[in-house]
Amino acid sequence: MNSLIINYIDNHKEHILNLWVEKMKEKADDRVLRVVSNQVFVGTSREFVEMVTSNLNDENEEYSERLRDFAEKVVKLGWPISFVTEGIQVFSTIVYDGIKDEKLINEEDEMKLFYGLHKWTNPMTNEIVNVYSTTWERTVSLQKIALQELSAPLIPVFDGISVMPLIGAIDTERAKQIMENLLNGVVKHRSEVVLIDITGVPVVDTMVAHHIIQAADAVRLVGAQCMLVGIRPEIAQTIVSLGINLNQVTTKNTLKKGMEAALEIMKKKMIQVGEISEDSNSKII
Amino acid sequence: MDIQSCVNIQTEWDIVAARQLGRNVAKELGFGVVDQARITTAISELARNIFIYAHKGRVCIEKMNDKGHAGLRIIAIDSGPGINDIRLAMEDGYSTSGGLGAGLPGVKRLMDEFQIVSSPGKGTEITAIKWIR
Repeated sequence: MNSLIINYIDNHKEHILNLWVEKMKEKADDRVLRVVSNQVFVGTSREFVEMVTSNLNDENEEYSERLRDFAEKVVKLGWPISFVTEGIQVFSTIVYDGIKDEKLINEEDEMKLFYGLHKWTNPMTNEIVNVYSTTWERTVSLQKIALQELSAPLIPVFDGISVMPLIGAIDTERAKQIMENLLNGVVKHRSEVVLIDITGVPVVDTMVAHHIIQAADAVRLVGAQCMLVGIRPEIAQTIVSLGINLNQVTTKNTLKKGMEAALEIMKKKMIQVGEISEDSNSKII
Repeated sequence: MDIQSCVNIQTEWDIVAARQLGRNVAKELGFGVVDQARITTAISELARNIFIYAHKGRVCIEKMNDKGHAGLRIIAIDSGPGINDIRLAMEDGYSTSGGLGAGLPGVKRLMDEFQIVSSPGKGTEITAIKWIR
C-alpha cells in the first residue's frame, strides 16, 4: 500500500502541489498571507511535498531530522499551527481522492488506503505539534526568566539611599522577590533609606498594600527606613476607600519629592556647583 | 440590554485578565480615571478572593443601562466553601487568610451597590454595581 501511495505522489507531484496550494490559499486567512509572500508559500509547500514523499524512501532517522528542520522553519515563518495541521489533512485528502478517482485500487482496499495514509500522516502531525509546543515552551520560559530579572531591582543611587522601581502587576511570586531583594539589597548596599516607586503599578489592592506594609516592616527591622513614592491621585483615593492604613509608611507622590526627603534624612542636600554652602552639615555630592 | 463578558479565574494571572477586561469596559462606558481605578481595584479584590478561597470561579462584567443611566456590574461567582458569617466577613480587619481584611468591606465602599449571597459549602455570588455620575 505504501508503494502505491508513494508512486502516485511521485507521478502526480505537480498536479498535487497545484491543487494543494490552491486549496490551502482558500483556507489561509489574512494572518498567514500577510506574513508569507506568494513565493515563499509555494516554495514551502513544494518543500513539504518533497519531504512528505521522502518519508518512505529515507531512513527513519534521516526523515525525522528533515521533519524537525521543516517544522522549525514553519514555526519561524509564523504560520499558525492549525493551518499546518490542516495542510497535512488536506494533502492526504487530495492523495486519497486522486488514487480513488484513477481507480488505482478496488473498493475493498479503500479502507486499507485510508489506514495507510492515516498511519503515515499521523507521525508528521505529531512531530510538527511537538516542535511548535517545544518552541512555545522555550519562549515562555525565557520570557519568565526575563520577567523575573526585571521584576524587582534595587538600585543604589547615593550613599545610603536606594530605589526600587516597580512596574506592572504584583503577584505573590513577585511580592516574595520584592521582599527578598529589598532586604538583601539594604544589607548589601548599607542603605538607610529605601524608596519604593509604584508609579508603574496599575492597581493597588489590599494584597499589594499588605505586601508593601510587610516589606516596610521588614526593612525597619534591618535598621533602614522605607518610603513609598509615586502614589497617583486615583490610587490614593482607592487606598482610602479600601480603608488601608499606611500610616506606618512614609509616602510621597513623586520619586523626586521622595529623593529630596531621603537626602534630608541623610543630612545631605544637592547644590549647584560653585555655590558655597554655609551649612556645615551639608557636603557636595 | 446587558452585554456580559466573563473571565474564568483559575490562576493568579487570570486576576490580571479580569482586571484588564473591567478597565476596558469602564473606559468604553466613559468612567473617569478615578472610577476606573475603583472598578479595577474592586474586580481585583473579588477575583483574588475567588483565587484564594474557592480556587476557581468566574468574574463577569456587564454593561448596564437603567433609564438612560449607564453603569457597570461586576458579578463574581464561585462554588467554593462559602462564607460562614457574612456580617463578620464584612467587618473591617476580619480575615481568615492572614490578609488585611479590607477586601469585602473595601469593595462595598468602592462601588455604589453591593450584594452578597453565600451558603456554606455551596459557594458565593457577589454582585457590585458602579453608576456613571
